Amino acid sequence: MKKEDLPQEPGALSRLTRELCYVKNEDGKYETALSKGWDVKKDALDSAWDNVNDRVEEARQAVVSGEKSPVYYFMELRLMDLPVLSGYTGFFPFFIKRHFKPSVFKNLSERKLEKYAAAFDVSVNELKNFKG
Amino acid sequence: MDTDLRIEEFNHVQTAHCENGVTTALLRYHGLDFMTEPLAFGMGSGLFYIQIPFLTINNGPAISFRTMPGAIFKRTCKSLGVEVSRKKFSDPAKAQSFLNQKINEGVPVGCQVGVFHLTYFPKEYRFHFNAHNLIVYGREENNYLISDPIMEDVTSLSPEELSRVRFAQGPLAPKGHIYFPEKVGIITDDLIRKGIVKGIKRNVRDMLNIPGSFAGVDGIRHTSNQIRKWRDKLGLKKASLYLGQIVRMQEEIGTGGGGFRFLYAAFLEESAAWLKDDRLMGVSEDFTKAGDLWRASAIKMAGVYKGRLTEQKDFEEIADMLLNIRSVEKEAFQRLAKLNLGK
Repeated sequence: MKKEDLPQEPGALSRLTRELCYVKNEDGKYETALSKGWDVKKDALDSAWDNVNDRVEEARQAVVSGEKSPVYYFMELRLMDLPVLSGYTGFFPFFIKRHFKPSVFKNLSERKLEKYAAAFDVSVNELKNFKG
Repeated sequence: MDTDLRIEEFNHVQTAHCENGVTTALLRYHGLDFMTEPLAFGMGSGLFYIQIPFLTINNGPAISFRTMPGAIFKRTCKSLGVEVSRKKFSDPAKAQSFLNQKINEGVPVGCQVGVFHLTYFPKEYRFHFNAHNLIVYGREENNYLISDPIMEDVTSLSPEELSRVRFAQGPLAPKGHIYFPEKVGIITDDLIRKGIVKGIKRNVRDMLNIPGSFAGVDGIRHTSNQIRKWRDKLGLKKASLYLGQIVRMQEEIGTGGGGFRFLYAAFLEESAAWLKDDRLMGVSEDFTKAGDLWRASAIKMAGVYKGRLTEQKDFEEIADMLLNIRSVEKEAFQRLAKLNLGK
């Protein structure tokens, strides 16, 4: 990539920093240059977030309709998957999947609810009473 | 925390990639003034390609354009005879007191962290990714002084914020991982040249001779084959997301652009000077070409996830572009292999 071709199209990251890239200067030698961003990757990130938002909305509706428990919703809201949530709670994925069932969720012990609440950065009350 | 303490001799270095940056800045602090990001990356055989089978990350394909986390720091230090200390912890309090001890001793240290809770990152970038690296180089008014290599300037984190990211959970959980050069011996130009040659040879091996079809240059063909099937198998929407994930792994912050290929080309250019061998300049051009081709493929993929390109033939064209990149990189590594750079 030539230095003059380095895109300067601001994305979310440009609020924090410009990023360092390796480009060829006029003499054909490599040097570093700072970029504000590139629309091609900004659009990739935007489409990833559209997908996250879709998943969160689907999860919310699944709680409203009584198919899933709040654990499922907050997992999606916090961009987690089973391995990540398992890491934060110490529960095995097999059990977490069971806790997605509203019937199992409503009988969870206070201690388990506390672990989920801590992992999701919400209070136990918010978690228990989330209706979608 | 008791007193302010800033390690004055430490200089922040901005780099494309966090681990290269930590390696470069820490080694420079220890007197290795010649160290640059491309050199750290190349000595550590940082260039790679892999699509890990049967694994998805953030609901997309698990693709990496670089070697495994931690390898660059480890290999580059080892090549230069730099002894390294590293520690992991199960108890955050112990991790913090060890960090305080090193800062009190005036030692800047590398820390592995997760970015999901990294407060100074923009929200859009805070996914559960646990292999980010930064340097702690002092403390001031109850905050730790942080040199994050991807940033233009230094920053700071409260003890709670730092502890939280050092104990992020999930795949590649850092477990308070802290590391720093312990002892640096005499480094001769000859040792540097040997390190460069070793780095190149190991990279040739990783890209050409790794078994299986998921990694190295053959891994690119594997992804190419997959892309041909994605539209029918996953539907256009999910297939678009998958392409977006490839572009992010390839072009996002940390790669230096073109999936680290420009960074590797810069390394070969530096190597040509160290080894006084102009043939490396020619291979450097090949990697510049590979990087340009990766970026061209990203532009094409963007056409799909922006909804402008929707046909199977667009997926076929992208797959063909990747096959072309594979052959460019394969030939480049074969040329490197044939150079007989010595031991």
